[in-house]
Amino acid sequence: MTKKDIGLLVLILVVGAIVAILNPRFLLPNNIANTSNLVGMFGLSAIGQAFVIITSGIELSVGSMIGLVGVLFVDFIATEGVPWPLAVVLMLALGAVVGLAHGLLVTKLRLQPFIVTLCGLLFYRGIARFYTQDATAGFGFGQEFPGLDWLTTGKLYGVPASFIALVIVAVVMWFVLNRSVFGRHLYAVGKNEEAARFSGIKTHRVIITAYIICQVLTAISAIYFAMYTRSISPSSQGNFYELYAIAAAVLGGCSLFGGEGSLIGVILGVVLLQELQNLVNLLGIPSSLNYAVMGGVILIGVILDQQLGRFRERRRTAELARRGAETAKA
Amino acid sequence: MKSKPDPSDADASAPFLVLSGVKKSYTGVRALNGFSMQVARGEVIGLVGENGAGKSTLMKILGGVIAPDGGTITIDGKAHDALTVGESMAAGIAFVHQELNLFDNLDVAGNVYIGREPLRNGWMRFVDRSRLHSEVAPLLERLGANFTPDTPVSSLSLAQQQMVEVAKALSVDARLVILDEPTSSLPLAETDRLLEVIAGLKAAGIAVIFISHRLHEIERAADRVVALRDGELAGTLERDEISHDRMVKLMIGRDIKAWNSGDPQAAPGDVVLSAKSVQTEAYPLRPVSLDLRKGEILGLAGLVGAGRTELARVLFGIDPMLGGTVSIAGEPIRLRDASDAVSRGIFLVPEDRKGAGILLGLPIHQNISLPDLKSHAKRFFVSQRSETEAAETQRKNLGIRTPTVSTLTSTLSGGNQQKVVLAKWLAMKPRVIIMDEPTRGIDVGAKAEIYRLMRKLADSGVAVLMISSDMEEVIGVSDRIAVMHEGAISGFLDHHEFSEENILLLAVGKTANLAGAA
Repeated sequence: MTKKDIGLLVLILVVGAIVAILNPRFLLPNNIANTSNLVGMFGLSAIGQAFVIITSGIELSVGSMIGLVGVLFVDFIATEGVPWPLAVVLMLALGAVVGLAHGLLVTKLRLQPFIVTLCGLLFYRGIARFYTQDATAGFGFGQEFPGLDWLTTGKLYGVPASFIALVIVAVVMWFVLNRSVFGRHLYAVGKNEEAARFSGIKTHRVIITAYIICQVLTAISAIYFAMYTRSISPSSQGNFYELYAIAAAVLGGCSLFGGEGSLIGVILGVVLLQELQNLVNLLGIPSSLNYAVMGGVILIGVILDQQLGRFRERRRTAELARRGAETAKA
Repeated sequence: MKSKPDPSDADASAPFLVLSGVKKSYTGVRALNGFSMQVARGEVIGLVGENGAGKSTLMKILGGVIAPDGGTITIDGKAHDALTVGESMAAGIAFVHQELNLFDNLDVAGNVYIGREPLRNGWMRFVDRSRLHSEVAPLLERLGANFTPDTPVSSLSLAQQQMVEVAKALSVDARLVILDEPTSSLPLAETDRLLEVIAGLKAAGIAVIFISHRLHEIERAADRVVALRDGELAGTLERDEISHDRMVKLMIGRDIKAWNSGDPQAAPGDVVLSAKSVQTEAYPLRPVSLDLRKGEILGLAGLVGAGRTELARVLFGIDPMLGGTVSIAGEPIRLRDASDAVSRGIFLVPEDRKGAGILLGLPIHQNISLPDLKSHAKRFFVSQRSETEAAETQRKNLGIRTPTVSTLTSTLSGGNQQKVVLAKWLAMKPRVIIMDEPTRGIDVGAKAEIYRLMRKLADSGVAVLMISSDMEEVIGVSDRIAVMHEGAISGFLDHHEFSEENILLLAVGKTANLAGAA
């Protein structure tokens, strides 16, 4: 864990302690299970977002993809009678194709990631609404998929399945990011694409892979969200979720200039955001202030982090100057 | 504000600009060492000198961008220790740079009066477009321009754009126009137009300093030639003395200092890399062919912009090859990207060390292992121990001065950073190493170390292609020299033909004087 990660963890614990004192319901098993379910679902897409941000890109279409995949998935299994394992595979494949398309547009056509994925945000939302003619997709009365339900909304020893999924994905992705050749190439491309290219790294391939990973993880989280809400409104499912993912990644130490960010930090970022959501509910703050609280806290967090960094830098320079002066005297 | 010389003015015969004893050093490097020159009114001076002779420092001093350490600048009889940008402009010194500073979304008139547009009355202060155009039209006429003030700049040719820059200079009542390599990007026909413009300025009593590497243009345009060498005045040539050969003599003509990488241990072996009619994007009409032999250091000399870096980028697979073939040991290879070159043992140490050579934010060992991570990986995971060991070996091998190999590369000196770039390639099996300006910005001690490393590499059977604009380096280090001129190779020199004069002759597109050098 980096210093930043520890700082974030401390912040989460402090906020948690305050909320718990003000409203002891915060610590009820039910509340914690609920929150960790949300952490699991948002965490999956935030990890994907982090991969793209590390390449100095951004993926804005996440929320719309959560809507589109949710609508398609529920429609496939509830109405079209597609076996759910096949539907899951199809959704992951859809994510991969979308990621590939975004990656190709960004690398081969040299379009800006912001533009490409902003168009995606509009496009996939439109497709989702068109597909159901703006009608809500949902399950019929009494329709059940025991295996799928257990995997998505079930619990193991009280731990929600989505949270377990997040832990598994996070462990795998931690190794990918920190130990694999691909992870090292990813950071290198994000830090300095030109120098990475001059080291013989296939930079385009690395960037495209990052977008594919992002969209596949988004598709997984979309399935969890779909099974969680069970009725999917194509015009609102997943709205703004890309911003949660980006906020979590930034809180977790990702720089939008690329090349930086730790997986643990991103997950702590997700935890903090969900803790704040929970805080708004539990402390009786009007839920309409929800976004304002989140925006305010993220801003304060980023400012604190930056100022602390500058303070440390200044202290380091002062220390060096002092040592320099000493050697000059000697 | 009339600035034309008035014949009744008593000072009219005095020189417009006098520089005497101008000095400037940057940390440890003397760029100008007591340089003096004069420019008379309406005189066209050709200013020549090699890369690094001090020309651009001189221009920056005249433009008021930097202050000299000593000497005086006298303009119109008024002496200054240093100029500010404002003083330089007020004195009527105007620049036309090699890279044009035009806004190509505006028309000609808008560019000429950028930031000084005539405004209408009224609180909105709209730009008075008709006045703008009517003021620019006579300027263009004076220059004999074949375009109008409302032509969009984006539709003009390079020479026409340069004319716009000259018009800009005229619009501020310039009295000295400095043209910095104005023709280096111009096709020959357009160059003639520019030389006519220079003649027009002269006729209007405006002095011109014309900097160019194209000596035959200076021969045609200059009243007097001033040659700079190592920051000092190497000599001047009056109109009837100006000749190509005399300019070259003034520009060089110093002893070659002991830049030496040592002699090769063996005669060069077989051809390792062979480029046949390779066409680059920069000079698609000028195919390049060259052979690199095992164990040799081939120096690639030429003026800045001759297409050397572009050739290196193509050979390394960074830029696409528009035509021709590259073979390794007789076998043609495809170069789609740098990984194709790397997998065949062709490595590049790029010119832009910090931008392309290394990742400053990564520790040394991660920079060294970056191109070869797969061989440090067991199954799926990169072994940090293997990386560190490999980096340790290279640290000892190359003498990289650092406390540990996990130090951030950004904290190293330029020379040590360059060693890290080399180390990442030496850790693999190099067959060809292309080094683009390998010692630029590196201090003298580290330079010598890099030269020794290059020789060691060559002796171990690697073919080294060294691009360098430093004459002494090219002559001292190379076993053979290829010289490029405007995208093509204008000649090869064997060891007994090495001389600054020969390199310079080839670099400006003439033939080498082989009899004289032998």
